[in-house]
Amino acid sequence: MGTYVLRRLLQFIPTTLGALFLLHYLTSLGIQLTGNPVRAIFGDRTPTQAQMDALANSLGLGDACLQRVGDPCPALFLDRLQAIFLHFDFGINVNRRPVIEIVGDALPFTLKLVVIAIIFEAVVGITAGVLAGLRNGGFVDYLVKITTVLMISVPVFVLGFAVRTFVNVHLGNWFRAGDMMPDWFSQGVMSPVYKPDYPWASLVIPGLVLGSLSLATTARLTRTSILENVRADYVRTARAKGLPRKRVIGVHTLRNSLIPVVTYLGVDFGGLMGGAVVTEGIFGVPGIGREIFRAVLQQQPSVILGIVTLLVMVFLIMNLLVDILYAVLDPRIRYD
Amino acid sequence: MTEPAAVTSVEAPPSGGTGGPAGRQGTGKPTSLWGDARHQLVRNPIFLVSCLYILVVTSMAVLPRMWTSQSPRTCDIRLSRNSPELWDHPFGFNLNGCDYYAHAIYGARPSLQIAIVATASVVVLGGLVGLLAGYFGGWVDAIISRITDVFLSLPFLLGALVLLTLLQVRNVWTVSLALIVLGWTVIARIMRGSVIETRNLDFVAAARALGAGHGRIMGKHILPNAIAPVVVYATILLGGFVSAEATLTFLGVGLQPPAASWGVMISTHQQYFDRDPWLLLFPVGLLVGTVLSFIMAGDALRDALDPKLQ
Amino acid sequence: MNQTSSDLLTAGGGDPSGFRPDAPPLEVKDLHVEFHTRAGVAHAVNGVSFQVNEGETLAILGESGCGKSVTAQAVMGILDIPPARIGGGQVLYRGMDLLKLPEEKRRAVRANQIAMIFQDALSALNPVFTVGFQLGELFRVHQGMSRADAKKKSVEMLDLVRIPAARQRVSDFPHQFSGGMRQRVMIAMALALDPEVLIADEPTTALDVTVQAQIMQLLDDLKTERNMGLILITHDMGVVADVADRISVMYAGRVVESAPVHEIYARPSHPYTKALLESIPRVDLKGQQLSVIQGLPPALTNVPPGCAFHPRCRYARDECRRDPAPPHYTVDATHLSACHFWEEVRERE
Repeated sequence: MGTYVLRRLLQFIPTTLGALFLLHYLTSLGIQLTGNPVRAIFGDRTPTQAQMDALANSLGLGDACLQRVGDPCPALFLDRLQAIFLHFDFGINVNRRPVIEIVGDALPFTLKLVVIAIIFEAVVGITAGVLAGLRNGGFVDYLVKITTVLMISVPVFVLGFAVRTFVNVHLGNWFRAGDMMPDWFSQGVMSPVYKPDYPWASLVIPGLVLGSLSLATTARLTRTSILENVRADYVRTARAKGLPRKRVIGVHTLRNSLIPVVTYLGVDFGGLMGGAVVTEGIFGVPGIGREIFRAVLQQQPSVILGIVTLLVMVFLIMNLLVDILYAVLDPRIRYD
Repeated sequence: MTEPAAVTSVEAPPSGGTGGPAGRQGTGKPTSLWGDARHQLVRNPIFLVSCLYILVVTSMAVLPRMWTSQSPRTCDIRLSRNSPELWDHPFGFNLNGCDYYAHAIYGARPSLQIAIVATASVVVLGGLVGLLAGYFGGWVDAIISRITDVFLSLPFLLGALVLLTLLQVRNVWTVSLALIVLGWTVIARIMRGSVIETRNLDFVAAARALGAGHGRIMGKHILPNAIAPVVVYATILLGGFVSAEATLTFLGVGLQPPAASWGVMISTHQQYFDRDPWLLLFPVGLLVGTVLSFIMAGDALRDALDPKLQ
Repeated sequence: MNQTSSDLLTAGGGDPSGFRPDAPPLEVKDLHVEFHTRAGVAHAVNGVSFQVNEGETLAILGESGCGKSVTAQAVMGILDIPPARIGGGQVLYRGMDLLKLPEEKRRAVRANQIAMIFQDALSALNPVFTVGFQLGELFRVHQGMSRADAKKKSVEMLDLVRIPAARQRVSDFPHQFSGGMRQRVMIAMALALDPEVLIADEPTTALDVTVQAQIMQLLDDLKTERNMGLILITHDMGVVADVADRISVMYAGRVVESAPVHEIYARPSHPYTKALLESIPRVDLKGQQLSVIQGLPPALTNVPPGCAFHPRCRYARDECRRDPAPPHYTVDATHLSACHFWEEVRERE
């Protein structure tokens, strides 16, 4: 196990550096191809060259290499690495506010959203998948198959929009007009936008929407995994051992089936981050996703780059943890 | 050990589980994985309906004039957001007073174009990379896997956001590029896994013993057997990319008007949902239908090609 | 007989009717099993009968697909009931028909009275649990032992099957053992609750020849020590010759010949058995063409009428091609053959 962890750590370092370099290269290439975005920040006003240069430099976009298409700008890259690892500096926005502060303020909201999403997708997704897999061909199986396929086919923004309109607005209005449900429900859960008065309640539905795509995938993955494992040789052995059905399924089958699902849940973090951008935009949650959304609208590439860099590093750390978890769950990996 | 896909299965041993009798034993007819799959697929109503829908939508993209005589560009702003009139203007008019039905038909082209270009490129690029990594193993595999990991560390939507924001140009090719850059890794991984499974099979060793070179083994022996999971995933990916384009457009980094894809139609008209719901219903319906068809066709393919589920 | 399980069998006022301690530990009578598949109904087991006595080794010999594994699994009761279907017959444990028992009681018999080991020990063992866990759960579930006691007994069982350093190995995972060691672990699991009958389904097919010999020796020794009945299912005639007392040859879901081992080798009385023996390569016939059995075994969805072997049989006559299938003629007191012309087959060299 120790050598496995060590090997993973040793792979983690070049991968992280590589990812950071990739981001750096893509952004540099983009700027080289289409011109310095600093110009666009000034909008209708015509800045002097000095003003543009000053702004460009402060945003880390002033290097001359950014005018040569294809130049990987290694010096710029090293500067950025230094900034990140030595000073935790992920750049600033046009108002000179450090990106890391922006992220820090927005983080708690996104975190709550993601937590709700993960709990939802894990609990409902795994349960649905297990039931569908065990009762293959039955009603539950068809129901799960059809629902999950529909959930995957509808883009998350359509789903979010539809849920918000029909549930939060229309249904919510009905709840708010009547008086049957307590406030935290009709004002909190049913609120179409995030309300600071109800920090958790008003995030419930956005969290469910965020988790819905992942839930569908989790359910399908669990179902497939169960179907494969139910027919496995070791299950036949367990039955030949005279073990009760509950134990054969609950202990033997389940333990093996859940391995790919648990690793998927960890890896899906990246998908959740992407989905958060959309969900936070629709439901007005002041989280990291919305900051990204804003930065896109306001043409602030340095902010986007900063936030995405941070998120990518978090994602890589999550992957590392998931890999280790995988080894804990599946002993065959440990002794590889 | 799984049977090599193209070998005649005279005797199908029960693969794990509670033993059952051999399948087509004794009839003497050779069966292959693809032959069996085709047999199963043409009898699968879901697959047939999905394929039909896909064909309809493709014909909209390729031959839009077959579906409508109106042009999406003859617009009269005075007709803005007028409700549908049967037969002449079945979808009504959009925000700019253009015929919405024509828009929806012509909108199929950019949506499908992006999906097809992106998927084809991803299959070629990712497939090649995965084939090399899986076949040669060793340090080739190590390097390629590290590179794949690096690209995989960029979450799909975020990476596309970054790329498109910086490219600033928004057209079919840049959006496709974003999808390709972020999407090739999944196919590479699938192909690599499939190739690794296949290269250990006996018939590959046999081919090598008969003096076949790398290229021949890869092309003639391994590829046809390893490609099944890639085909399945590529079908699903087609649907996924259609959906992704719409999402990127919604976020403001995809196609922009006057380009008319379904994504653009949805983004432009979403604020009018309350008053004129049909403005959203039509493009959303077409979009979801297309994505659904691709995914279900991919699912049916997967079930048909999986030897374990026979 | 195991005390706990005899309680289980009579619990709930159940009547272990037919139970006779002097009846053979396992007797199968006219068993029929069919599978309902997309390609049709496959008659996997077509009237199979055999019995095994205490301290006796019965070998069930036949090619892949002849129904021998299905028979074994039907005896154990671990077939998936759809698509499988037991079409008739009896599986008698000491005179008691297991097919008529409810699942709960049937489960009590499994592993306690009748146990089974499988061909590929790597896939037959759960990869995520230690060997000690998988052994121990037998004791914990069937005998209510504590974890500590179960672990101790697990180590004892691993010693019994001659696995070195049992105390350390008990915490290892299946993939950490070699093929032969894994098979020993399976044997340990099967014998943990001291069953009266052990069914071994191709236990050595996946192993090297030298390891094969060791495992067969182990099985033989354990069988003698415990006075068990051992049913050995195999397609390998070489393995069988040393260990078996009696042999039942199966073809297309039926037993075609059944006799003591030396009888089968000396005076085979069925064309199929004869052909099998002739197809074994022999050093003194070196240089001559290998003799093979022409044709292929039939698809179990499409068994030929009459004698299933007739399309490939050089003795076949018109009678053989017509229903009903040949009955089991009595060659002598311990020797049965399902061939109309067994005398002719027996005389010819």
